[in-house]
Amino acid sequence: MHLTPLQTLVTILVIALGTAVTRYLPFLLFPQEKEPPRFIRDLTTLLPPAVMGLLVVYCLKGVSLTAAPYGIPELIGVAVTAGLHLWRRNTLLSIAAGTVVYMVLVQFVFV
Amino acid sequence: MTKRQLSALRSAFPHTIPVLTGYLVLGIAYGILMQTKGYGPLWSGLMSAIAFCGSMQYAAITLLTTVFDPLQAFFLSLMVNARHLFYGVSMLKKYAGLGALRPLLIWWLTDETFSVLCTVEVPEGVERGPFYFWVSFLNYCYWVGGTLVGGLFGSLLTFNTTGMDFALTALFVVLFIEQLKDKQQRISGLVGLVCTVAALAVFGADRMVIAAMVLILVCLLAGRRKLCI
Repeated sequence: MHLTPLQTLVTILVIALGTAVTRYLPFLLFPQEKEPPRFIRDLTTLLPPAVMGLLVVYCLKGVSLTAAPYGIPELIGVAVTAGLHLWRRNTLLSIAAGTVVYMVLVQFVFV
Repeated sequence: MTKRQLSALRSAFPHTIPVLTGYLVLGIAYGILMQTKGYGPLWSGLMSAIAFCGSMQYAAITLLTTVFDPLQAFFLSLMVNARHLFYGVSMLKKYAGLGALRPLLIWWLTDETFSVLCTVEVPEGVERGPFYFWVSFLNYCYWVGGTLVGGLFGSLLTFNTTGMDFALTALFVVLFIEQLKDKQQRISGLVGLVCTVAALAVFGADRMVIAAMVLILVCLLAGRRKLCI
């Protein structure tokens, strides 16, 4: 612990405030009583798939393709998850299988 | 608990199981990490309970172990969490008309809660409000609970959890696939992937998110008249 308790508390509160701003801002800018402008309504339908794409890449951003194991465990983990999901469409099964395969790979294969 | 709450809880819980796995692992890891920096479960639990912002909490460990700089902390949390703006815009319609529940749901919006709620259809016979509430609240409990477990009992853990946090990556992969039902969504999904890879290649892992958001916004706004009829 490097900060005093008061400084720690202030830092935590300030981070909570900054985070709250990012969460509440869209809802404050476009209140539910008023019809939002057309481009916002378009974004409400268009954004979700794009954001999911962003999150997939975001999760894998730390993977290095130039150093061992060259992102191979991640590639296999994602392939198992996606392949199984396209085949069986069972969310929990796809996620569980992908995660277990990935854990085996990073714990026992690519050590 | 009333019958409608119970039925909402029952249908909500299965959707949160992948999040349970990921949040417990990452929450416990966070509690342990904070403990090693001298911040016990009271501090890490407080951070998880009121800021509730996953990756930013990890980034904030540096802020708590160097010089006191609240302004920097504020702006860093704005930047790291800027992606919440997209979640808000996406959920404007879904969260409308939910009364006192709405501010709570907004406060509980995370990558994972947003992903589940914007992809999954509320099951038939279950009310929208209670269903959204339980998915959000359960996920919140997993994160705060994980943090407390990590801070209190982290040193007793012997099970090797390496790689278990991949559950969240797998969750996003599955929900991404679920989002690609029609042509409009497939194009938007592709825009998201390509823009984010481009931002990662140009700006690097630490500064990619805002660049990716701007790119996605420009592409979707430019093509929206063709995509939205």
